[in-house]
Amino acid sequence: MNASVQQQVIISGVGGQGVLFVTRLLAEAAINKGLPVFTSETHGMAQRGGTVLSHFKVGEFSSPLIRPLQADILVLLKAENLKQHGPFLRADGWAVSNGARELNGDPHIAVETLDADILAHEIENPKAVNLIVLGFALATSEKIAADNKKLFCSVADIKHVLQKRFGKNEKMLKASLKALEAGYRV
Amino acid sequence: MTERRLLLGNEAIARGLIENGCAIATAYPGTPSSEILAAVASFQKENNLSMHTQWAVNEKIALEIAYAGCQTGLRAAVAMKQVGLNVASDPLMSAAYMGTKGGFIVISADDPGPISSQTEQDSRLMAMMARIPVLDPSTPLQAKEMVALAYEISESFKTPVMLRPTTRVCHSRQDVALDKIQPNDREVNFEKDPTRWAATPRFRFHLHKEVEEKLAAIARHESTRPVRLNPDARASRAIISSGVAAAHTSEILKEMGLWQTIPFYQVLQPFPLHSEVITHWIDSYDEILVIEETMGVIEMQLADRHRVKGRSSHTVPAVGELYPEDIQEIIAKLWGVEFERQEIPFVAGRRPTLCAGCPHRASFFAIKKAARKGIYTSDIGCYTLGLNLGAVDTVLCMGAAISQAAGFYQAYKNDEKRPDIVATIGDSTFFHAGIPPLIDAVVQKVKFVLVILDNSTTAMTGSQPTPASGHGACGEPLEAVDIESLVRGCGVKYCKKGNPYQYKEFLDLMKDAVKYSRENGPAVVISRYPCVIDLARKGEITEHIPVEVTEDCDGCAYCVKQFECPALVYHEDEEKDEKHVSIDRILCTDCGVCLNVCPKGAIVTKK
Repeated sequence: MNASVQQQVIISGVGGQGVLFVTRLLAEAAINKGLPVFTSETHGMAQRGGTVLSHFKVGEFSSPLIRPLQADILVLLKAENLKQHGPFLRADGWAVSNGARELNGDPHIAVETLDADILAHEIENPKAVNLIVLGFALATSEKIAADNKKLFCSVADIKHVLQKRFGKNEKMLKASLKALEAGYRV
Repeated sequence: MTERRLLLGNEAIARGLIENGCAIATAYPGTPSSEILAAVASFQKENNLSMHTQWAVNEKIALEIAYAGCQTGLRAAVAMKQVGLNVASDPLMSAAYMGTKGGFIVISADDPGPISSQTEQDSRLMAMMARIPVLDPSTPLQAKEMVALAYEISESFKTPVMLRPTTRVCHSRQDVALDKIQPNDREVNFEKDPTRWAATPRFRFHLHKEVEEKLAAIARHESTRPVRLNPDARASRAIISSGVAAAHTSEILKEMGLWQTIPFYQVLQPFPLHSEVITHWIDSYDEILVIEETMGVIEMQLADRHRVKGRSSHTVPAVGELYPEDIQEIIAKLWGVEFERQEIPFVAGRRPTLCAGCPHRASFFAIKKAARKGIYTSDIGCYTLGLNLGAVDTVLCMGAAISQAAGFYQAYKNDEKRPDIVATIGDSTFFHAGIPPLIDAVVQKVKFVLVILDNSTTAMTGSQPTPASGHGACGEPLEAVDIESLVRGCGVKYCKKGNPYQYKEFLDLMKDAVKYSRENGPAVVISRYPCVIDLARKGEITEHIPVEVTEDCDGCAYCVKQFECPALVYHEDEEKDEKHVSIDRILCTDCGVCLNVCPKGAIVTKK
C-alpha cells in the first residue's frame, strides 16, 4: 500500500449492531498509515433500530458521501440490506455479508457470506457480530488476486487499532480480538 | 509534528472553539448538533482549561447565557440544532441589534433530508432575518477553520456570527490536524452602556441602522470573499456552491473531467454575499448554476434572475438533501454530458423503533389500556416512536404535548363524546418547554392526564444530563431539580409516581389518573424508569426476568402490533401454514414487561 490509496467502502447494518464502530476502526487504521480519511454516519432518530449506513473513504476525496456504483467494497452486517445498499457497489467491486447462505440479491454482485450471528453465539459474545464480519472481510480481502482491490488495511492493522483503543481494558481487548479472529479464521 | 486526529465534524467545531479561546460555551442537545458541547467538555478536561461549559435547560437560555459572556468581552459560543434556533430566535434577533464585545458564535446545525428533525428549515434564512453574517462549512476541517474566521468577523464588526454546518458536516469524520490552544486570558469587563445593552425603541432604530452598515461592510470583507477553486477553467457558464454541496461538487467535477472546464466557486459566507463578487459573476458569466442546501439563499442574492439556475428555476430540487448523485445529474444535464443514474431503492421494512426493554413501551401500552380511544398528544424525543404502538397521535414541537392537549380539550369541551386526553412528554423536554403550558392547563382546568416519561436522561441525543441529574457537562456536581415538586409548584393537585416495569400497578395508576382527570382537571403521572441504553452503558441493568413463548402462541401478532418490541419476532411459513412469535435473545433485555401482553398467555417466564 502507498500514498495513492483511493478506496470507498460502504458498511451497512441496523441500529445497535455497531456499524459506526467498524467504520471507526477502519478510519483509525487509515490515520495510522498517514492516509487522509472521510467517514459519514447516521445518528439520532435514525439510529433507533432503523437501517444504519456508513460511508468510508480513504484517499484524496472532498465529499464524505459515496455515490451509487462507486463503492469498491460493501460490508453488510445484515443480509437483508443487500437489496437496498447493493447498488452502491461498482461492477468490479466485492462484498461480504453476515448471512446463513446464498443471498438472493442482485445477481451481478458476488457476495461472500458467513453466519456471524451463530458465530457470535458460539463465542458467547452476541454483540460482536460487527467485529466477526470485519474479520471475515479482512480474510476475504487477502484472497483477492489484484492488489489494488484488496482492502487498504490488514488484520494486523485492525488489531493494532484495537490494542490502542482497549489497551487498558484487557477484558474488552481480549473479547474484541477473539471476535475479529473468529471471523478471520472461518 | 502536529497531531492528526480523527474528528467528527462536531468535534472539529469544538476543537476550533477551544483553540480560539472560547470562554463560555453553552448548548441544548439536538441532532445533528449534540456532540459539539460534549466535545468541548472533553477537550476542556483533556487540557485542564478554565472555561464555562454547560447544557442549558433550553436553547433560548443557552443563547442568553453565552451572549452575556460576550457582553463582558469574553469569547462565547452557543450550539443547537436548527429547530432549537426557533426557540432561541427571540434573543438572537435582539442580540443582532445590540451587537457584541467579545466574539460570539451561534452554531445552528441544519438537517437537510430531514434525517432526524421535524423540518428542513435553512438556518441561513434565520441569519438573514436576524441580519447577521453566516458561514457555511463544507467539511469538518473547514468547520474548525471557520470558527477562527467567525470570531475574527464577530470582533471586527461587533456582531454575532452564525456558523451553519449540516448533518453531513456534523456527522462526518475526517483526519484533522490539532493546532495550538490559544490561552484564554482576557479581562472580564462589562462596560455599562444602556443605550446599547438596554436600548429602547428610539435607540433600536439607530442600532438597526448600524446593523445595516455593518452588513454592507462585511459584504466587502476580504477574508470571506468566495473562493475560486479552479482558477484555470475558462467558460461562459459557472457553478457556485457552498457547504457540503461544494465538497460533493468538487469531487464530481474532477471525476467528470470538467474541473478544467467549468469555473467553480465556493461561497464561505452565503449571507451577506460578497458585493464585488456578485457584480463580477453577473458581468462575467452568461449562466450561473447555484448548488446549495437547503434553500436558495445565495441564489436570491444574485440579482439577474434570467441567468441564474438553482432552486427558483427548478434546476435544483426544492426539497430534500442534495445527494452527490443529484448534483452529478444536474451538472450532466446542463452541460450535456451523458449520465445514467443508478437509483438506491427505497426499501420499506425497518423503521426506527423504541429499544427492546425501553420503559416507554410499557408506559404506552398502559396508556392505551387506561384511555381507550383517547387522543394521545406527544412530544419530541425517543417516545415520538410511541406512534408505532398507536399511542402517539400528534407531535408538533418541544412542549406542545401539553398545550395541544389543552387545545383538544377546549375544542371537545362541549362535545358529548369528549375523549380522554393523555399527553406524553420526556423529562428533558418537560424542563425545556413543558412548564409554562402546564401552568396554563392548571389555570384553565384542562381535563387531561400528563405522563412525564422520566428516564433520567436526554436519551435520543445521546444521554446528556437533565436539570434533575445533579451533574453537568463535565461531570461536575450541580444542584438537582425535582420534577414532582416542580409539577406541584405549577399548581397540579394530582401528581403520582409509578414504575412502568411494575406493569400491573402502573396500569392501575394510569386508570386512576384518567378517572381523576375526567372529573377534576389535570392529573400528572411521573413514569420513572431509567433508559436501558444508559443502564447498559453503566453496567447497571438489574431486571432479569427471561421469558419464552410457549406452544399456545397461535401467531395472532397482537404482541407484535400492540407492544411492538423488536425482541418479539414474528415468523410466518405460508407453505406449512405456520405462524408464531419467538424471542430474539440478542435484543431481549429480560425486562419481563411482555409477560403482561399476550392475550393467550403464551409469553411466560422462562424456566
